[in-house]
Amino acid sequence: MAFLELTNITKRFVKFAAVEDFNLKVEKGEFVSFLGPSGCGKTTTLRMIAGFETATEGNIYIDGKDVVNRPPNQRNIGMVFQSYALFPNMTVADNIGFGLKVAKKSSEEIKARVDEMLNLIHMSDFRARYPYQMSGGQQQRVALARALAIQPQVLLLDEPLSALDAKIRVELRNEIRSIQRKLGITTVYVTHDQEEALSLSDRVVVMNSGHTEQIGTPFEIYNFPQTPFVASFVGTLNIIYVDVVDPANGILKLEEQEIATNKPVRKAKDDKVRIALRPEMVKLTTDDPAANELKVVVDSIVFLGAIVRMRVKVGTTKFSMDLFNNPDLQLPKEGSQISVFFSRDACMVLQD
Amino acid sequence: MKKTRFWSWFWMFLGGLYFFVPLYATLRFSLMMKKDVLSFMAYEKVIHDPKFLEAFSFSAQMAILTILVSLVLVVPTAYWVHLRLPKLKPIMEFITMLPFVIPAIVLVFGLIRSYSKPPLLLVSSPALLVAAYVVLALPYMYRSVDVGLRAIDVRALTEAAQSLGASWPRILFQVIFPNLRSALLGGTFLTFAIVIGELTIANSLAWKALGPYMTTLAGMKAYEPAALAVMSFALTWGSIAVLQFVGKGRGGAAPENMAGMH
Repeated sequence: MAFLELTNITKRFVKFAAVEDFNLKVEKGEFVSFLGPSGCGKTTTLRMIAGFETATEGNIYIDGKDVVNRPPNQRNIGMVFQSYALFPNMTVADNIGFGLKVAKKSSEEIKARVDEMLNLIHMSDFRARYPYQMSGGQQQRVALARALAIQPQVLLLDEPLSALDAKIRVELRNEIRSIQRKLGITTVYVTHDQEEALSLSDRVVVMNSGHTEQIGTPFEIYNFPQTPFVASFVGTLNIIYVDVVDPANGILKLEEQEIATNKPVRKAKDDKVRIALRPEMVKLTTDDPAANELKVVVDSIVFLGAIVRMRVKVGTTKFSMDLFNNPDLQLPKEGSQISVFFSRDACMVLQD
Repeated sequence: MKKTRFWSWFWMFLGGLYFFVPLYATLRFSLMMKKDVLSFMAYEKVIHDPKFLEAFSFSAQMAILTILVSLVLVVPTAYWVHLRLPKLKPIMEFITMLPFVIPAIVLVFGLIRSYSKPPLLLVSSPALLVAAYVVLALPYMYRSVDVGLRAIDVRALTEAAQSLGASWPRILFQVIFPNLRSALLGGTFLTFAIVIGELTIANSLAWKALGPYMTTLAGMKAYEPAALAVMSFALTWGSIAVLQFVGKGRGGAAPENMAGMH
């Protein structure tokens, strides 16, 4: 049995099911993210693990014990909230020591643990500060230390970086990951930010409308999406409508130009089908003799720093391609006709 | 620019006069009991009047009881509404506004009619007076606590404490109440001020409270009522000063948020 296991978890509110038949196994020390748009049930699932919501059906096991009927204060779970939720009337040291005081630890033990936690988050000089005397990033680090101080079996983070600005978000993200690795604590992280989910996690659970779309490593989720939702939600994606030419051999066409894929298509000849193509998979040159070639007209070029995004069109169909920026990059002119290339594997046919 | 500023000051000065002149006149009049000299004689008379002490201590006791009952009733209710039943907020607001809409005289007639015959013969019990005062103070107490609760993230704080193993009493007494300190003090002082000077209900239920005492005194004496008026002003202002002082510390909403209520 996995360390944290959710089996057939369902949460129904009066009119709708927020989570339906959710199953997940998390190994000890693993970092798992729930990724999805708002209202997909990711936070509700996390809150059921914490005990703030009661599951309508299903079981939650932590270290082999079913905790589904235990109140939140008896689950030994550390929780970090989006709004930090530090106690405004207590200093940093008192906040971190709160859980230990509840557990009736001796004052020496509390002090030692608080010092250790302050060291871990590099905030030893802040022990006497109050929450209102700190920035958002500092408050969230203290909240993390407070959750970790009680040595919880599982650490839950509910969009902990959403309220912070971009730079702090990346800094703290790396810090969370390194602390999690150092302590080896089993962690579940909720986010709607795919970059966060992909960069932090051992595995990502992509959720939509209360159910699981796909569970996999960040690499699998990004490169081999199993449903149209995952394909469109994770990363940027071009969705292009094409006609089927030869279903058995996966040959399609876009405005009289042929596109070959490596897989047969479950449609009849002359049917319309959608293909998904990542912008970074489309290139200006190629060494692959089997690659697809499309003659396109450059519609617009947008400079995004490390990336240059080109919009190109074939007839009325437009799609994007991303090129890595470098000073030697020879960019075509807007309105000029060029050839672009993408491999057969890059072409994902959305079978719906 | 300069012209605007002049008129601002002018209107403010005029407003100040409207407020302070009667107050100054009352103060000066209250000091004129002894012929040709200013003295505190009227104040001494009031303070040494056994009826005053009796009325004041009765009203103070009623105020304290009202505060205790209101706190026990309002704080957990408001907390629970914020935490679990946020949809009830508009209904709670409506209910707590009722005492503003229903005049005290209507309330007291209702109370007398309902509680003057067995099995609910309560008109002669101070419990009925306290109950009526709790209703009267409800808008002030509920609003103070509500403002305090709005200023903190009740749900996240409660859940954070729960996940750290805290029980309900610990969450209330160590996490929620300390952050409502100034809100609770605000509600307490406002309730005290209302009860201590209340006339209609105390009079109708025939209690020798401070309100009825002041009215009787006003009909019989000249200087003493003025002295009493100044004393009650001092008491109210003293309370507000304490409130401001306490509210400056950390711990939830400042009492200024209540300013629009009077």
